Amino acid sequence: MEHIRESLIKKSKKAKLEQIGKFVSFLCITLIVLVVVAIFYFVASKGLATFFDNGVHLKDFLFGKVWNPSSVDKQGKPLVGALPMIMGSLLVTFLSAIVATPFAIGAAIFMTEISPKLGTKILQPVIELLVGIPSVVYGFIGLSVVVPAVRNVFGGSGFGILSGTFVLFVMILPTVTSMTVDALKSVPRHYREASLALGATRWQTIYKVVLRAATPGIMTAVVFGMSRAFGEALAIQMVIGNAALMPHSLTSPAATLTSILTMGIGNTIMGTLENNVLWSLALILLTMSLLFNILIRWIGKKGEMK
Amino acid sequence: MAIITSKDLDLFYGEKQALNQINIEFYEKEITALIGPSGCGKSTFLRTLNRMNDLIPGVTINGEVQFNGQDIYGSSMDVVMLRKQMGMVFQQPNPFPFSIYDNVTYGLRLQQQTYTKEELDQIVEESLKAAAVWDDVKDKLNKSALSLSGGQQQRVCIARVLAVKPDVILLDEPTSALDPVSSGKIEEMLYDLKEDYTMIMVTHNMPQASRISDRTAFFLNGDLIEYAPTKEIFLNPKKIETENYITGKFG
Repeated sequence: MEHIRESLIKKSKKAKLEQIGKFVSFLCITLIVLVVVAIFYFVASKGLATFFDNGVHLKDFLFGKVWNPSSVDKQGKPLVGALPMIMGSLLVTFLSAIVATPFAIGAAIFMTEISPKLGTKILQPVIELLVGIPSVVYGFIGLSVVVPAVRNVFGGSGFGILSGTFVLFVMILPTVTSMTVDALKSVPRHYREASLALGATRWQTIYKVVLRAATPGIMTAVVFGMSRAFGEALAIQMVIGNAALMPHSLTSPAATLTSILTMGIGNTIMGTLENNVLWSLALILLTMSLLFNILIRWIGKKGEMK
Repeated sequence: MAIITSKDLDLFYGEKQALNQINIEFYEKEITALIGPSGCGKSTFLRTLNRMNDLIPGVTINGEVQFNGQDIYGSSMDVVMLRKQMGMVFQQPNPFPFSIYDNVTYGLRLQQQTYTKEELDQIVEESLKAAAVWDDVKDKLNKSALSLSGGQQQRVCIARVLAVKPDVILLDEPTSALDPVSSGKIEEMLYDLKEDYTMIMVTHNMPQASRISDRTAFFLNGDLIEYAPTKEIFLNPKKIETENYITGKFG
């Protein structure tokens, strides 16, 4: 009796291990949370300094059209209008997503519905490979192939939103495709069976049931691709022309938030307006990626509730 | 009158033979029950009738299945038309993740013919009434069909089939995933539908087969052992295997 009592009261070795495991995993997650919070704090404190320390109005920053942080306008206000870059970033993001989505859906339908064998054996590895190619390679190909092609066909220098769109389109296509494939694969087989048994053709089944049931997943894939396009720096910087001007055509040189950031961050002095305003750009990027994340979660939740 | 006739039907999954020389006739406006232990080929046989086995790679079929005098495996058979005329209800309720209304009208919206809103409304009401689920769902036709209980979902699935006005309804264990009360309701409803439809039902539920079917076919290991009016099968089976199965000696 006594030893049973004792063994029930005393913690066993396994129970202790359990506790240690719990503690270790808690430490890991704490570290990650700390890092994220620290990044947010750092970027926010630097980025907000533009408005609090340097006295720039938020309105002038977000909607100003002239970007030249080292000089001032007639009223003596610094020229820190970020609108050209915001527009540039949004344009390349949306355009590349619009171009990539139909291709991604088409490829995903082929891989899951039309030829799953070929899809898993050949196309899946190809797409995974495409995801893994470093962005500098994409940028380099863009610079030596896409830019001259755009120059020859549309005129101008070849640098600009259009070239950026093409490069980003190729970059986000594999991501969007493989996530769309996952979304289509997660549509239960019995939906397809039910549809076919009612006399639907294969295409009607894909179009009216599979795509409809997978819509939240596909939207998540597209938003994910957009968030990748929005945050891409290196490749886009190599082909967009990096002129902080309002884009007035698709082929005129423009800039994105990321390209101005990477160009400028090494050439400014910490604590100055020129440096702080770059942090403000980073803050916009961070906020946008946060928004994309929230959007993805929101779409996922909406999809679940049905 | 025989509406479906199968002659010397063999079916192979790759190398493995799943059906041996099935010869059977199904009659119009009757319920035929297919019984037998799991893996005996009765579901496989049911799915040859609307060619759902086409979807499984590696299936070969020899022999003939005639539906209204036409060979359904013949080259001139339009599978889409065939499936429209042979509705199917599955074991697991499988409504689409759409509204109840969209579920019922799905089959109609596949067709060339366009329906007016009034026609659709009427068909939805008729079908749901025939499937004995109208009173449960009439106030929430625009709600997702997935929000219903399992029994209600299965009846919406039956309404979805009825809306297309098939000649034959194939039922693959339609009540096995449901509680007894829901099963009872579906059973009653199927019995009422017999006036207008020919039904072939796979079931594991012996009392259910004896209650509602006119004829019963007993399958074992891919063979059709016995096929006779339900009364005969249950009261005095000719084959010893049938008797053993029905009395619960195996299976």
